Amino acid sequence: MNKISHSLSALLLSLVASAVLADVSLLNASYDVARDVYKDFNPLFQKHWKAKTGETLELKQSHGGSTKQVRAVADGLEADVVTMNQANDIEFLAEKGLVAKDWTRKFPNNASPYTSTMVFIVRKGNPKAIKDWNDIAAPGVQMIIPHPKNTGNGRNTYLSAWAWALKQPGGNDAKAQEFLGRLLKNAPLFAAGGRDATTTFMQRKMGDVLITFESEAEMIAKEFGKGEFEVVYPSLTMQTEFPVALVEKVVDKKGTRKQAQAYLEFLWSKEGQENAAQNYLRPRDAELLKKYAASFPPVKTFTVDEVFGGANKAFATHFKDGGSFDQIYQSK
Amino acid sequence: MVAKAHRVLPGFGLALGYTLVYLSLLILLPLGGMILKASELGFGQIIDIALGERSLAAFRVTFGASFVAATVNAFFGLIVAWILVRYTFPGKRFVDALVDLPFALPTAVAGITLATLYAGNGWLGQFIEPLGFKVAYTPVGIVVALTFITLPFVVRTLQPVIEDIETEVEEAAASLGASRWQTFVKVIFPAIFPALLTGFALAFARAVGEYGSVIFIAGNLPLISEITPLLIISKLEQYDVLGATALAVVMLALSFILLLAVNVLQWWTANRHKNSEPLEVAAAKASGGAA
Repeated sequence: MNKISHSLSALLLSLVASAVLADVSLLNASYDVARDVYKDFNPLFQKHWKAKTGETLELKQSHGGSTKQVRAVADGLEADVVTMNQANDIEFLAEKGLVAKDWTRKFPNNASPYTSTMVFIVRKGNPKAIKDWNDIAAPGVQMIIPHPKNTGNGRNTYLSAWAWALKQPGGNDAKAQEFLGRLLKNAPLFAAGGRDATTTFMQRKMGDVLITFESEAEMIAKEFGKGEFEVVYPSLTMQTEFPVALVEKVVDKKGTRKQAQAYLEFLWSKEGQENAAQNYLRPRDAELLKKYAASFPPVKTFTVDEVFGGANKAFATHFKDGGSFDQIYQSK
Repeated sequence: MVAKAHRVLPGFGLALGYTLVYLSLLILLPLGGMILKASELGFGQIIDIALGERSLAAFRVTFGASFVAATVNAFFGLIVAWILVRYTFPGKRFVDALVDLPFALPTAVAGITLATLYAGNGWLGQFIEPLGFKVAYTPVGIVVALTFITLPFVVRTLQPVIEDIETEVEEAAASLGASRWQTFVKVIFPAIFPALLTGFALAFARAVGEYGSVIFIAGNLPLISEITPLLIISKLEQYDVLGATALAVVMLALSFILLLAVNVLQWWTANRHKNSEPLEVAAAKASGGAA
């Protein structure tokens, strides 16, 4: 009890102290599992900024489902920057006029400082010999993924499989849709979210393959032990981007443009890139990618822009009501 | 001039005004906003959204599972309430406190716990699944989650009512010759039936709106185990706020109709009971039937 009250008062004190001491405060609205990345990144930037300008920055984080976060910002959450895991969420803010229309060109690499990719997690020894997407669509295989319509993780899996089917000899949209139909038949359930899918696969031992972010595989290793599973890289998979943007309206109002801009730019610095790599996200920096090559084996990837003509278009074609996902689930 | 009825405690006007403001702010304002938003769509469009194949399937799952869960709780909740009021046993306080647990537990925690228990390798699932019953990731799982979440509503509604029925009434019925079954059916049950209906209605209403626990155990397969709140989230995920409100309004209307029906039924039984059959009369009647 005493301990709790002590730590509570310590927390209160530190809150008061930081509010008093900080010259400027920035709020970063981010997606759910970004916690670890920015927990490590923020102190790095604070130090960098202090050394450069002498200004003490307070950095606050807000985490939640990507779409939820963006809606909060649109409804008035005063975030200086948004760091998301789906381009169409930032696109939504651009449509609302909160973010620059050409936000993807405001920063290098399509405004995505690091990437990840969708991989297969299979049971130890890969008993069902799952090597590629068509192995998962085979009869008797069970696949665990989050809901493709409601989660970014699930959508990435869906689009990865679609792109793979397109690239097969004689592949076209009709054949891809037919393939997705067979693939989804092997999903005994759609998990509520990425972490729920992981728990279902690892803890409840359901399914033969879990499809998730490469970065998540390392989290699983930490949680459940490396010997419990194997990572399989399919012949083609999506390079997932994690786009960032300045919320123009907010930084103009708060007068924090300079700091917010520097904060996002710092994601591309050596320190920022190394922090991403340490959190199992593929850095854009070629040197660091080489340094951490053990964590990031080469893999053939595509981007949503290349295959689907942009995140918004992909979403509209496949996941809006009546899109390809819904068509698959229409009873005949 | 009409004479004011004398009341022991003053302040009726103030209290009524307060009630109206409070309810308006808390309930009418958000509901009104929702209906206003939905009215941006035409009536036809709302009906179209509601009658889509996915929406219809989700309505069936949501209302069906809620009905089953509320019914199960009406039966077992009655037993729990009866035991807690009428008997003393070691650990009674503890059991009584347990009943409230579903109120306090975050619903997501409840859902994850139940999914873990009933999954193929879970404590319960490992025994149930070999028998051919799948609970986790099927509509049955939804019923289990909703039954868990809504248990307190029935028990807590019934407890005070059962406390009000004095054991003397049962004794009177028995002494007048009623069998145990007659005592229950003709004396006890009519007295608690209105409260049972209230408990059922509360449980049902709560179940219809439940999201957090269900999505972790439902499996969320389109046309099979998707609940309406999940479809609403799915629409929000598409930034389709209008579509989401349309579903919400239809859900609200359906719930309102069902709750109204339960209330009418309850009012009818309560009135019938009050006007014609005080407990003593019922007791006498029951024994009359036996004689």
